[in-house]
Amino acid sequence: MPAEAEDKKQAEHRALVDRLLNGKGTASAEQRACAFGNDGLSPPLGVLIDKVAVRPAEVTDADFASAKAAGFSEDELFELVVCAAVGASARLYKTGLAALAEAAGSGEPG
Amino acid sequence: MRLEILNNGYSTGTRALFAVIRLFSGHTVPDAARLVFYRPDFYGTRAKNFTHEAMRGPSAWSVADRELMAAYVSKVNESAFCIRAHTATASQAYQDGAKVEAVLADLESAPVEEPLRATLRMLGTLTAEGTLTAQEMRDVLSAGVSPRQVKDALAVCVAFNTTGRLADALGFAILSPEGFEAGAKYLLKRGYR
Repeated sequence: MPAEAEDKKQAEHRALVDRLLNGKGTASAEQRACAFGNDGLSPPLGVLIDKVAVRPAEVTDADFASAKAAGFSEDELFELVVCAAVGASARLYKTGLAALAEAAGSGEPG
Repeated sequence: MRLEILNNGYSTGTRALFAVIRLFSGHTVPDAARLVFYRPDFYGTRAKNFTHEAMRGPSAWSVADRELMAAYVSKVNESAFCIRAHTATASQAYQDGAKVEAVLADLESAPVEEPLRATLRMLGTLTAEGTLTAQEMRDVLSAGVSPRQVKDALAVCVAFNTTGRLADALGFAILSPEGFEAGAKYLLKRGYR
């Protein structure tokens, strides 16, 4: 099936993702990519990022305190938490659009 | 908020703007708004562009429907700040708070049209489980929802899965009921930019 044209909402979202991952940051691009993907970060930062991505209501002051004690600055944590939140949501976008493409593109059962 | 830079790390100009907003609105600037003023080149500017396009850009869904989707996604995520903010906004937009409360209490028995109900159900599944089958999506299309409407609803879902995660992780302060009502009025008048 040919790729469908990106709509303006998708374009604005892509611009956000591109900025987070490829623009300048206090955290390294590699760290931002790991937070975005919720992949490859060791504790205590990895614990915080996993909570943001999977169960954000369980984030505590202690999660931030532990990450700061491990040497991460507030600006690095700001960036990495944002990347984790946007990354988790981006995966939902991709999943939803893929289901739509499959549903709209064929009458076969899923 | 849990990062001190988000409480006190703003430029003199931004702090002055917050003071003016407080003076004229009678309410402190909500943390959701403060967040997008912090280093806006990193997150805020593009996040506002995306959220505004999702919530106020061209769509066959009404603004009220999209605010209800935001409230519903927030309910599934149990995101306290966003539930209150978008319950207030959807209620004002519909001028029907009972309808919004009914959807959040029990989607299946709530007095909404089937296309909206099927769409909310799909957004809830995607948000709660992180997966969605083609059959679940076909059920939405069969209810009379166009593929364009599905895409528009997915954009709302993505915007509020992001904001809700940030609200919970960063610890957005819960406003007074009057504060949420004032915020809702602002969002309906000015949008998210």
